[in-house]
Amino acid sequence: MYDAGHYDVAVIGAGHAGIEAALSAARLGCRTVMFTINMDAVGNCPCNPSIGGTAKGHLVREIDALGGEMGKTTDACFLQSRMLNLGKGPAVHSLRAQIDRRAYSQIMKKKCEQQENLELKQAEVVAISQGENGVWLVDTRLHARYTVKAVILATGTFLGGKVFVGDVAYESGPDGMFPAAYLTESLVKLGLSLRRFKTGTPARVLRRSIDFSGLEEQKGDDPVIPFSYETENPGPNRAVCYVSWTNEETHRIIRANLDRSPLYAGMIEGVGPRYCPSIEDKVVRFSDKPRHQLFIEPCGLDTEEMYLQGMSSSLPEDVQLQFYRSIKGLEHVSIMRSAYAIEYDCVDPTQMQATLEFTDWPGLYGAGQFNGSSGYEEAAAQGLVAGINAARKIHHQSPVILDRAGSYIGTLIDDLITKGVSDPYRMMTSRSEYRLVLRQDNADERLTPLGWEIGLISPARWEKFCRKQEWKQQEMKRALSTVFSPSEALNDILVARGTTPVTTGVHLADLLRRPQIRYQDLTLVDTTRPADIPDAVLENVEIELKYEGYIRRQKADIEEMRRLERQTLPDNLQYDTIDGLRMEAREKLSRVRPQNIGQAGRISGVSPADISVLLIYLSRLRGEEKHAKKEEPTT
Amino acid sequence: MQTTIAAIATAQAPGGIGVIRISGPQAAEIAARVFHSHRSDIREIPGYTALFGWVSDVNGDKADEAIALRFRAPHSFTGEDVVELSCHGGLVILQQVLAAVLAAGATPAGPGEFTRRAYCNGKMDLAEAEAVMQMISARGTQAARAALSGHDGALSRKIGALRQELLLIASHLAAWADYPDDDVPQITEGFLKEHLSKVKADLHRLLSTFDAGRVLREGVDTVIVGRPNAGKSTLMNRLTGTERSIVTEVAGTTRDVVEETVQLGQVLLRLSDTAGIRETDDPVEKIGVQRAREKFASAELIFLVFDASQELNDEDRQLLTMSEGLPSIAILNKTDLEEKIDKEYIKSNNKRIVYISARSGEGMQELEQAILETLHASELDPGEGILYTERQRQDVSRCLQAVEEAENALQAGMTLDAVTVSVEAAVDALLELTGEKATIAVVDEVFSHFCVGK
Repeated sequence: MYDAGHYDVAVIGAGHAGIEAALSAARLGCRTVMFTINMDAVGNCPCNPSIGGTAKGHLVREIDALGGEMGKTTDACFLQSRMLNLGKGPAVHSLRAQIDRRAYSQIMKKKCEQQENLELKQAEVVAISQGENGVWLVDTRLHARYTVKAVILATGTFLGGKVFVGDVAYESGPDGMFPAAYLTESLVKLGLSLRRFKTGTPARVLRRSIDFSGLEEQKGDDPVIPFSYETENPGPNRAVCYVSWTNEETHRIIRANLDRSPLYAGMIEGVGPRYCPSIEDKVVRFSDKPRHQLFIEPCGLDTEEMYLQGMSSSLPEDVQLQFYRSIKGLEHVSIMRSAYAIEYDCVDPTQMQATLEFTDWPGLYGAGQFNGSSGYEEAAAQGLVAGINAARKIHHQSPVILDRAGSYIGTLIDDLITKGVSDPYRMMTSRSEYRLVLRQDNADERLTPLGWEIGLISPARWEKFCRKQEWKQQEMKRALSTVFSPSEALNDILVARGTTPVTTGVHLADLLRRPQIRYQDLTLVDTTRPADIPDAVLENVEIELKYEGYIRRQKADIEEMRRLERQTLPDNLQYDTIDGLRMEAREKLSRVRPQNIGQAGRISGVSPADISVLLIYLSRLRGEEKHAKKEEPTT
Repeated sequence: MQTTIAAIATAQAPGGIGVIRISGPQAAEIAARVFHSHRSDIREIPGYTALFGWVSDVNGDKADEAIALRFRAPHSFTGEDVVELSCHGGLVILQQVLAAVLAAGATPAGPGEFTRRAYCNGKMDLAEAEAVMQMISARGTQAARAALSGHDGALSRKIGALRQELLLIASHLAAWADYPDDDVPQITEGFLKEHLSKVKADLHRLLSTFDAGRVLREGVDTVIVGRPNAGKSTLMNRLTGTERSIVTEVAGTTRDVVEETVQLGQVLLRLSDTAGIRETDDPVEKIGVQRAREKFASAELIFLVFDASQELNDEDRQLLTMSEGLPSIAILNKTDLEEKIDKEYIKSNNKRIVYISARSGEGMQELEQAILETLHASELDPGEGILYTERQRQDVSRCLQAVEEAENALQAGMTLDAVTVSVEAAVDALLELTGEKATIAVVDEVFSHFCVGK
């Protein structure tokens, strides 16, 4: 082992979590080293060639609002962009983009290479251990030892990775990479509680072997809305996707070969994600469905590889070819990369704090799939939070904790560390109880002031943000004070939109509160509207007026939640000794060790009755402390 | 460390077999000091086995023959180590044995403490525990029956069914929002309206059981009014079986409001006999009249007592007018004399008429039936699930509020994300009864119902 030098932060893994972690730590002034097993796989997308989607799009916007990279890089290499769920309400509007995966990886790698304070190294980390005086030692396969103040584990599916295709199984990372075969042992030695998860990916197929003639096309939006608040002109869509369906024959082939599936043969011990079932899972679990949908998506502009979304599988290669070829358009398909399942080691995230630092291992952080989540966006969000907090701890600054009421990122982290995970965790809008407040259109308003305070937002970006907020305030004021007289022109609009005409003067704000009326409907009569006002501002104001009642109530809920969050629980509380707590609650509370009453109440298995018991116990504890203080002799 | 508690676990009535339950870590140890057997040691025998022997009193003298039942944690009612001593010597001996058990180291169990421990040890859910708590304090027979069905889970089942219905709506909405590109069934306004209105009707029905159920559970504040000597005090005495009010032939002899709790069939009545409400100059009686008027205004049930052998006078008519719109029953007294009262007038005042003879006790069954019907308690079906506690009522009514809000949002044409917020608030309110978490429940439901995901 040779001494490879001293750094502030070591990031293990250069995927979506690692990149955001390393970039933020380096930007906040920490000397950072990031390790990747393969230098050509930095920011790789080993599964779907797309970023965003429901709730995930919210995460990307929030990462961007805090000063992360994912949104900007996506805007720079997207092939097709769509705002999902238009018409279902602003809480669930979500942006998704197909990307050129090689371009994405290239851009991210270059950003890391150019980042001051950051060194990118190809090396397999084989062990980490605690050194003296609180430092961490990071050893590589080529006998280098790095001494660092903080380690961020972002190992993805590399850690103890094992690939399954039918009855063939071998140790491997994703996308044909080497796995990280040794690191797990040192984590076990540290005492971390680990587990094994599984995920899977469909085949990549050759574009010119597909017959697109009978397939439905799926086009992008026009105009394209960018992810990043910094992107001015995202440019046009450059590709289309296609839709096809499985059929009875596909299902017959799958059923006939189930005994050759490693999952059904019991070879795989890892727990797979419920939201991302393999096609054999779908066929078995939903046997009454005559067909399942799939999307054929381009992997990039400079490649013929196409991704078959919805068709992940771990059946043998020959079976894959057989059932893919039973699908319309794929009759003569040529597989370039086979579908596979991959098993990997990850950690029980209830061992972590909201900073993503391990409670019992100061200076050790985790992010991404290592924490039991799944998805590029979930990973990037955690990477950003881990990177920021590692840097702040090194600089002796207070931790940055995002709560459920302020962001999807906070919801994601709180779910992980409080509820734990039983299968890979995917973000969904249904996971947020405050979703009319946590919208993708106001992520900047919610988080950019924090990003600015942390130091990840440039002065130019800050100025732009402040200008937008000013626009918004002025427009809100104008909407509340502008009165339209009951003209024929106005009533024509109202009637055409299916809402009642007016007989007296009416405020612009009151018209916008009507579900049927949008800003653009009123352009004709709204003569005092500033011509250069950005659409994003109008959208924002309209939503806040239309959903005012709901937003107000959710904000009241948020106040209540934050009140409970302020009731902190002592670190050393012995839950076993508290009378009246149910056994299950004692056990869960001892394991999760919540920071406050609010978090305690969200632990599954902790009932409102248990919370009452805790509150009573806390107030008694405080009473005793007060009493004890009073009795202290004064000198 | 958890204390070991003991109490007489059977009804405190003379005769029959009585059970003393000892629960806690020291249960066997304590039982062994009181219960003796030649065959084996109560501390040694396995769970679910019985031992024949005898129990001693505080002085160590034999008090009774007994059977000891041994339960080992967690396989007992409370989830703790439990010994139950069954004796047959009646109340006095039971109390002697209990005294010995307490002297041997047990603490007297507080009201509902066995149940609280059972709940805390996860042996029953909150709704079940509350039903048992209610049973402990239930005084009316139907209340006990209703409490029993709650224990069996009638309320839990009812809430479970409602929860399922709401989760179905919420998970449809969630799948539809989170998987826009997946092959998820479209949500129609019709589907939402239909399911919401079904849930709403069920919630209304469940809520109505709270008020009706309360009648059986806690009893009804009942006031007896009537002009002097119409037979109020006689009725009261007939109901209570004691000479409580001073009954004389001089009008106005009942000077105060007399309160008594009586069981009439399955109904529990908290009776107040009043001094009548006529104008009076007597300063002492004036106070009585004042109290009677207050009582009248706050009563949940009013017995208007009339002398059937006399014609209605002004005071009677005044009473009838005053009680208009209030839950009241006209009781016609003294049926053995010739009837002169104007029944049609009373009926036209929308009053139910019951004939009784307070002296002979005739008509009491009819009175009970009239009470049940007047208070809508006769429609109550304990097997359907009844709300017992204020907390349960609040949760259910919060749920109803949220469901109505969801309906209104749909009606107003709001987008479904807003409707979803209200539906989930409804789920949340119901889940509070069982301690589950809504967001987890909805997500679980999505994955078990829909084939979604890439």
